[in-house]
Amino acid sequence: MDSRNFLYMFYGFAVAWVAVIIYVVTLVARERKLRDEMRRLRQMIETGERA
Amino acid sequence: MRDKVMYALAAIAGVLLVRNLYETFLSLPDEALQGAIYRIIFFHVPAAWTFMLGALVAMVASVIVLIRKSFAADALAASVTEIALVFGAVNLATGMVWARIIWGIWWAWDARLTSMLISWLMYGGYLMLRQAIDEPTQRARMSAVLSILTFPGVMITWKAIEWWRTQHPGPVLSIRGANDKMDPAMQSVLYWNFLAVLLFAVVLTLIRMRQEETRRELDGLRREAHAI
Repeated sequence: MDSRNFLYMFYGFAVAWVAVIIYVVTLVARERKLRDEMRRLRQMIETGERA
Repeated sequence: MRDKVMYALAAIAGVLLVRNLYETFLSLPDEALQGAIYRIIFFHVPAAWTFMLGALVAMVASVIVLIRKSFAADALAASVTEIALVFGAVNLATGMVWARIIWGIWWAWDARLTSMLISWLMYGGYLMLRQAIDEPTQRARMSAVLSILTFPGVMITWKAIEWWRTQHPGPVLSIRGANDKMDPAMQSVLYWNFLAVLLFAVVLTLIRMRQEETRRELDGLRREAHAI
C-alpha cells in the first residue's frame, strides 16, 4: 500500500468509525435512561394505586 | 420477532463489513494517481447514499404523517432522519479528509459540498424542531412539513455533480452512466459496502424506532401518574 497518504487514509476511516461509535453509545445511554424512567413511573403508579 | 430480525441484520452487516474491510485494505491495489487515500471512497459514498435514502424514507413517512396522522410514520421519519444525519456527518468528514490531500484544502464552497452541508443542517434543524414542540400531534405535523420541504435539497445534492462541474469529481460509477468509469472490482467493493452500511443503518433505525415507541408509552404513563 502507498505509504504517502496512509496517515490521512487512517484519519478518514478513524473519523468515520468514531462518529458511528459515539452515536451508538448515545443510543445505548438513551435506551437505559428510558427504561429507568419507565420502571420509576410504573413503581410510582403502583404505589399511588395501592394508597 | 423484531429483536431476532435486528440481530440477524446486525450479524449480516458485521460479516459484510469485515469482508469489505479485507477487500478494501488487502485485496484492492492502490489507485494510480491518488495512492492509498482513494480507499476513503468505500465509506464516503455508501455514507452519502445512506443519508440520501434515509432522507427519502423520511420524506415518504412525513407525507403519510400528514395524510393519515400516523404516529408510527412520525416515529419512522424521526428515527430515520437521525440515523441519516450520522451517515451524512460521516460523508462530510471523510470527504474533507480526502479533499485535504487531493485538493490541498479541507473545504470548497462548490455546488455538491454546499448543497450537502445545507441539507445536513436542515435535517439537524428538523431534529431541533422536534425537541422544541411538546404537543405530539403538532410536533408530528410541523416536523413532517419541514422534512418534505427539505427533501428537494437532497435531490439537488444528488444531481449537483451533473448539473454543475465545479470542484467535486463528476460521476465515476457505471450506474450513473459515467464516461470515466471506476474499475469494476472497485465498484463491486463499493456496492457491497453500501449494502453493509445500509443494513447497519436499518438496525440502528429499528432500535431508534423502539425508543420512540417507549417515549410515547412514557408520555401515557406520565399522564396516568399525574392523574393519581
